Amino acid sequence: MWDYVLDRRGQIAQQALQHLSLVVQCVLLGTVIALLVAMAVYRSPRATALANGVSAVGLTIPAFALLGILLAPFGFGITPAVIAVTFYAALPVLRNAVVGLAGVDPSLVESARGMGMSRLATLLRVEVPLAWPVILAGVRTSTQMVMGIAAIAAYVLGPGLGGFIFTGLSRLGGANAVNSALTGTMAVVLLALVLDLLLVLAGRLTTPRGIRV
Amino acid sequence: MSDTKAPAGATVASSGRRASGLPIRLEGVTKRYPGQDKPAVDAVTLELPAGRTTMFVGPSGCGKTTLLKMINRLIEPTSGKIFLGDEDVTGQDPDQLRRRIGYVIQAGGLFPHMTVGANVALVPKMLGWEKKKVAGRVDELLDLVGLDPTVYRDRYPRELSGGQQQRVGVARGLAADPPVLLMDEPFGAVDPITRQRLQDEMLRIQDELGKTIVCVTHDFDEAVKLGDKIVVFDVGARVVQHGTPEEVLSDPAEQYVADFVGAGATLKQLTLARVEDVELRQVTTATVGGDSAAAVAVARAAGDDFVVVLDQRGRPVSWPTLAELGRTTSVPGTVDARLPVVGLRSTLNDALDTMLAASQAGVVVMGNRDSLAGVLTIESVMAAIRQARAAVAG
Ligand SMILES: Nc1ncnc2c1ncn2[C@@H]1O[C@H](COP(=O)(O)OP(=O)(O)O)[C@@H](O)[C@H]1O
Ligand SMILES: [Mg+2]
Repeated sequence: MWDYVLDRRGQIAQQALQHLSLVVQCVLLGTVIALLVAMAVYRSPRATALANGVSAVGLTIPAFALLGILLAPFGFGITPAVIAVTFYAALPVLRNAVVGLAGVDPSLVESARGMGMSRLATLLRVEVPLAWPVILAGVRTSTQMVMGIAAIAAYVLGPGLGGFIFTGLSRLGGANAVNSALTGTMAVVLLALVLDLLLVLAGRLTTPRGIRV
Repeated sequence: MSDTKAPAGATVASSGRRASGLPIRLEGVTKRYPGQDKPAVDAVTLELPAGRTTMFVGPSGCGKTTLLKMINRLIEPTSGKIFLGDEDVTGQDPDQLRRRIGYVIQAGGLFPHMTVGANVALVPKMLGWEKKKVAGRVDELLDLVGLDPTVYRDRYPRELSGGQQQRVGVARGLAADPPVLLMDEPFGAVDPITRQRLQDEMLRIQDELGKTIVCVTHDFDEAVKLGDKIVVFDVGARVVQHGTPEEVLSDPAEQYVADFVGAGATLKQLTLARVEDVELRQVTTATVGGDSAAAVAVARAAGDDFVVVLDQRGRPVSWPTLAELGRTTSVPGTVDARLPVVGLRSTLNDALDTMLAASQAGVVVMGNRDSLAGVLTIESVMAAIRQARAAVAG
């Protein structure tokens, strides 16, 4: 197996990079979308319930099923992969952002409004920063989850390490089939660990000292 | 100390105290919450004098908070008009209006993710003050509320005690020098001793600034202590009585007020007397780091059996007996955390409470800005109360 890895290190590195870039971009996009949706709904109990329902149900949709559905309008390629990965990336962030924003002490919001901060300033300068640790926990969950889903997205010829896994699985019994699948899987796990560490670090750097635990 | 600068436009009110605030006039102000058949505030008409503290007092749920929040339009009135000076504020942009009205809530409402300095700087920054001016103002205000800016400016709220957070809350409310300060049960969340100190501070600050303060409380004693005027409310924010503490105590408008004032009304009137109305004992002082033997000699000559030790800024830190001081060579700077302290505007009631809590027969009395005014002994408190009681008995 070691020889297998050494022989293909260039290819592995390239696939890993593509995988990483797909995940990072989709998580960023998903986070922005989730934050916008959360900001739009968190003040209304009904809209909040709806958003929570969507994120709960959305997470139960099997990735294969979603990719299959997306194949019809978009065909094989990177578009359905990005859409599916972003969709899954957004859900945990949405749930946490709604919980985090709703959990901000109402007296602080009142304080902000009472001193003449606008709605938007209150949201951006008080509510989001206070909800930030919870939002960030959502981003971490989402990144971990999406690592695996991005591998599945290779099924629709999206980029990334999923290629190794699928090639291996489709040729089971053939030469290097197990090596191929194992390499893909381990690389995904390794990347997930590295990315999580980076996120923890980013969390330390972006969480204001006054609310760090 | 009377060397504080008066801001431009300050006027001297009839009593001689400064007033930099604006009067507030409420005309038929009503709030009807959706889905409730009775209005929470029903056609209230009130005039709150400029540069004075008006206390809103009444049972829980009678509409005090609702009425207060309509002044800065955190709650929009259903009908009625509110005037700040001659300006009708009911049609103004609420954000602009609120930047001109200080707002202090229970526990301070500080933003935990910002430093103390950043919290205080918020409104001046929103008003577009220059950076330098903001920084200077932050330090000035922390100093005003009794917090050393070099120590506290860069701390986060969670690194402060409840009382200190409340002080910062007051500093933040005053940051942009608003003519009006609204406070909603500001001292409700702190322990009794801290509350009394904060009340004393507030009296001192108000003496200095002369803002128009509207303060909600459900504690009648607090209303009596802090208010120049008291408004007693019943359900629906019906104004039952509006007058000075003395008027409300000696002549309750209705049985309702009498019940609210409680059985001890005459006793309360006794305790209305302030520390500043009683003769204080002047004592020997020593400065931290000075020569102990010399201080002992001076105290002996003056007939004192203790001295009050002041730090470099003139603030009392301890009051050792001559025996204790005699054992040292230079005056120690140890801060006695249990040193009983009250302000000149504290009531005699507070002074007694403080003595009892510290198991001491006297209290150190602070004047303005943490300077020493003298020492109040239990004997002079008792004498004052005897005198007052004799006067009441006729
Ligand atoms: N946001 C609100 N929605 C509906 N009713 C409210 C709201 N706020 C206060 N009330 C009601 O209005 C009345 C007055 O409340 P409040 O002004 O908070 O009283 P207080 O401050 O004197 O305790 C109460 O009966 C309370 O239940
Ligand atoms: Mg209230």
